[in-house]
Amino acid sequence: MSDLYITILIGFFVGGTAGYLGAIMVMKRMSLVGDALSHVALPGMALGLVYDFNPFIGALFFLVFGIFIIWKLEKITKLPVENLVGIIFTASLAVGILITPEPELIEALFGDISSIRSFDLPLIVIFSIVIFFFTKFISKKVIFSVVSDDLARSRGINTDFYNLAYLLMVAAVVALGVKFVGSLLMGALVIIPAAASKNATKTFNQYSYGAAIIGGFSAVLGIILSDIFAFPSGAAIVLVAVFIFVLMLKWKRN
Amino acid sequence: MSLLIVENLKISIEGREIVENLNFQVEKNETLAIIGPNGAGKTILFRALLGLLTYKGKIQWENGVKIGYVPQKISIEKDFPLSIGDFFDLQDIDIKNAKVLLRLMGVGMTVAGEDKYPNIFKEKIGALSSGEFQRVLIASALASNPDVLLFDEPTAGVDMGNEDNVYKVLSNLQKIKGFAVVLISHDLNVVNKYADKVLCLNKKQVCYGHPIHALTTESLQLLYGEEAVLHHHIKGQYAHKHKEK
Repeated sequence: MSDLYITILIGFFVGGTAGYLGAIMVMKRMSLVGDALSHVALPGMALGLVYDFNPFIGALFFLVFGIFIIWKLEKITKLPVENLVGIIFTASLAVGILITPEPELIEALFGDISSIRSFDLPLIVIFSIVIFFFTKFISKKVIFSVVSDDLARSRGINTDFYNLAYLLMVAAVVALGVKFVGSLLMGALVIIPAAASKNATKTFNQYSYGAAIIGGFSAVLGIILSDIFAFPSGAAIVLVAVFIFVLMLKWKRN
Repeated sequence: MSLLIVENLKISIEGREIVENLNFQVEKNETLAIIGPNGAGKTILFRALLGLLTYKGKIQWENGVKIGYVPQKISIEKDFPLSIGDFFDLQDIDIKNAKVLLRLMGVGMTVAGEDKYPNIFKEKIGALSSGEFQRVLIASALASNPDVLLFDEPTAGVDMGNEDNVYKVLSNLQKIKGFAVVLISHDLNVVNKYADKVLCLNKKQVCYGHPIHALTTESLQLLYGEEAVLHHHIKGQYAHKHKEK
């Protein structure tokens, strides 16, 4: 398989899974958290690039750590989560910028598909599928807690656990995606497909699968465009998603 | 044996005492109304009864009791991407059962009894009025055939005709199915009409017992302040509790 086909295939799986998880993210009104969260990946990627281990592992480690921090802070402090997220996540972006050497910095911030190798393929595809199905499996419980946490808990659902599990899945999908679109733009790949799908759908299945399809399609088309016109892949993918969002806005008005 | 026994219940949140020294019981089939001004600790009491927060004292439910809970008004954005069908699905309530319950609660029907939507299960929950959504919540609480229903201001946001309807349906169902109801209400008419017992709560237990005996001028004054009660007495009725400034 040529490198382009491999990246397209990887893009399809990562974009689709990110879109699906993003659907729940938007319902939780955590769009901005999703965006800021992707910045946490930067120091981890930097360490990977500097010390020559897979940046995915570094990103995942930092993201999981970041998730635990928000989850805990959400429970302990009475400060608005948005403030805390803003502070912690920009701090990690700053740390990332400090420790990343300049050539790698561009790659970490904006992603680089040319660095994706064929041995990444099975790993990424398997990870995406696991993340997708696990999230689907817990989605009812997570959404129930969005509608009313008290009501869900009164039915014996441990909403804390399910929310943490969901956020860890987000960490994993962001870690997968940062290689393509970079840590600056990964948040967009989580949020925009869901925002677009929300405009045109009524039921949760339509909405969440719609977001997955838009996410997968944006990644594929973005990668093809970046290959043809030599655009940076992250920018191309995100702009395709934004374009679809604008198209879907028209749908909403009708 | 009583369905619920509460003894010396004390609830504090962040070191502040919200509710102190509550003692009451709920028997099978009975309706207990909890009244009190805003901030009296009614919703907090419910959360303790549901085991959602820590407390001191005793809350003892009968073994294996099934509790249905209708929370206070939930605000849902208009475009929240969840349909009524999804809402029942995430509670694992099957559509057949949901259909019967919605019909019973009169959700999605016009006054004339005609269907308002082609298929209500495909409508977004945000498309319902807050009164309709409240009745969806009631329907889903009833789905598990509970032994007791906890209602937090069950008819907030439901217009008057419908409010009466909700209570009628409930008290009929209660007779048929035999569940107990614990409800938080602001409406003394409702309390008089439907409650077997009333608990007046204003941080402490101000009164407890049959509405006729418990709702004295004194206890109402302790609950809502003198002016509020005077206002209602001049009008010659308990009537609805208005917001007094």
